[in-house]
Amino acid sequence: MTERILHTGNDTVARAAISAGCKYYFAYPITPQSEIAHYMARELPKIGGCFLQSEGEYAAAYMLLGAALSGERVMTSTSSPGLALMQEPLSMMVTAEIPAVVVETQRLGPGTGTGGQQGQTDYRFVTRGVYGGLHYPVLAPYSVSEIFEFVQLAFHIADKYRILTMVLTDFVLGRMTEYLELKTFDFGPLPEKDWALKGKAHKGGRSNFLFTVTGMMLDITGFFQGQQEKSKRIIDSETRWETYKTEDADLLIVSYGYSARMSKGAVNTARAQGIKAGLFRPITLWPFPREALQQEALKAGKVLVVEDSPGELVEDVELAVQGRVPVHFLGIQARHIARAEGLILPERILQEVRELL
Amino acid sequence: MIEETAITKNLVCKTPAFRLLPLGFCAGCHYGIIFRLIDEVLEEMELKGITVCIGGGGCSAMGAMAMDVDAFGGPHGPGTAIASALKRVCPDNFIFAIQGDGEQGAIGLGSFVAAAVRGENITIITMNNACYGMTGGQLAPTTPLGMVTPTTPEGRDQEMAGFPFHGPELVAPLRGVAYAARGTVHTPANRQRSKKMVKTAFQKQLQRLGFAVVEFICACPTNWRLSPVDCARYIEEKMIPEFPLGEFKNVEKNEG
Repeated sequence: MTERILHTGNDTVARAAISAGCKYYFAYPITPQSEIAHYMARELPKIGGCFLQSEGEYAAAYMLLGAALSGERVMTSTSSPGLALMQEPLSMMVTAEIPAVVVETQRLGPGTGTGGQQGQTDYRFVTRGVYGGLHYPVLAPYSVSEIFEFVQLAFHIADKYRILTMVLTDFVLGRMTEYLELKTFDFGPLPEKDWALKGKAHKGGRSNFLFTVTGMMLDITGFFQGQQEKSKRIIDSETRWETYKTEDADLLIVSYGYSARMSKGAVNTARAQGIKAGLFRPITLWPFPREALQQEALKAGKVLVVEDSPGELVEDVELAVQGRVPVHFLGIQARHIARAEGLILPERILQEVRELL
Repeated sequence: MIEETAITKNLVCKTPAFRLLPLGFCAGCHYGIIFRLIDEVLEEMELKGITVCIGGGGCSAMGAMAMDVDAFGGPHGPGTAIASALKRVCPDNFIFAIQGDGEQGAIGLGSFVAAAVRGENITIITMNNACYGMTGGQLAPTTPLGMVTPTTPEGRDQEMAGFPFHGPELVAPLRGVAYAARGTVHTPANRQRSKKMVKTAFQKQLQRLGFAVVEFICACPTNWRLSPVDCARYIEEKMIPEFPLGEFKNVEKNEG
């Protein structure tokens, strides 16, 4: 029987990474996800790995890059302002096709924000890729079990496509405690890492160089064509979503992360009251499940986007449905209290559903 | 096979087997001399098979790209952070980073000092050409007082831009630092002295003694607007008085 334990979301990020064979982790403390670093600092030395606390997030992401050059599985984690500091190294990694996993635990607001409280205000920031026109996959779990699975899946996707892969959680997911089944996953075979920089003696005397200077490339259009083909393969094979009670739904709620949990609660209550609401939950935020969402939206005829932000996911939903059905929006103004600790609760979502039907 | 030539009876050392030629440096630039010197040391110490070179952004990246060792390059400034992490993962590899003076003393100063504070067991080669060579010769932390650059049109003024930056002297007092030195290649004798510095610095990593840095004063004829010969004179008269040559630290065992 699979072992079942109680675990927090943040501890699960760390545990999942170790389960995936990640022995090296680099980070700078930032609320609300520093528990990941605590776990790694405690556990990695036991398995011959290391946690190196960096001099800042910019350096943490460059350490991630440096460690990933070895071909080993490596990870960093941070929260919103920290991710802003990581943007240059992340673009370098996508450019030079150096795979690694980044876990971003969203905290509310721009600037310093609330200092680490709940919010979903980084959707647009993480789904538009890196500067320079390239994308990376983003997985959005909504439970501790999914964090455990998706962090491991992220390592697989990263190695399969030689691409930086992100797992996006938030304050609620990181700090909540849930039952977790310690399942093992087999995501399939992976290519050899013949590009890894471990000294040319490892490669029969043939040296390799990985460069981020596209200006030195002879074939710029060829570089972008290769990247576009890779994006297409990821879009075709890795786009993921979940539907819940959408078969006969008259209204389709679209939501991700913690607000998708709240929305699921609202769908259940609505159904008990005879209201036909359903939930569409994008799991990969990039690639976004556009076609699947459009089909479900056309079937339902009406869409309500629920997210704890001023409106970011709603833009992707509008793009997906292409104006063919009305898209309504329930955002940060729907919090049960106006303060930083406010949440969008199922009752509020249900109220909106009732008004729309 | 040793071939006889008109110049010498003995082969002193082979021409480096660079991966990428020509190197792309300007005429009279010292980078080519320095990269060859590093290549010789790697060859003599039989390190090439286990070496990973971390190049920076700017002119130093071209050298890293050319050397026949595993290499990464492009990012401007964070070479010490990249090298630190790779060395942690691969302690049996030989990891060195090449940085420009602007990378070390300005944009990457935090990572340079932080790696020295942690006593990372890596080697840093600094290219001090007193300016940002690739972007047009602007003021660098190492620009001597009075030197005219596009961003100091009246010459570097201490009131505006402070005093020149001395990387090896800055980190030498730190307990995690095993070796800190500065050399030049503007005369054959200095080239040989500097080669010895590189060798000593590389040995510190093999002995796991901690952080080592060797700075090279390099001519940048294009941006200094001087002939190669006048560059050598400028190094003698202006650079060396500001940036003293020699070893600032050389420890034989870890400080406790």
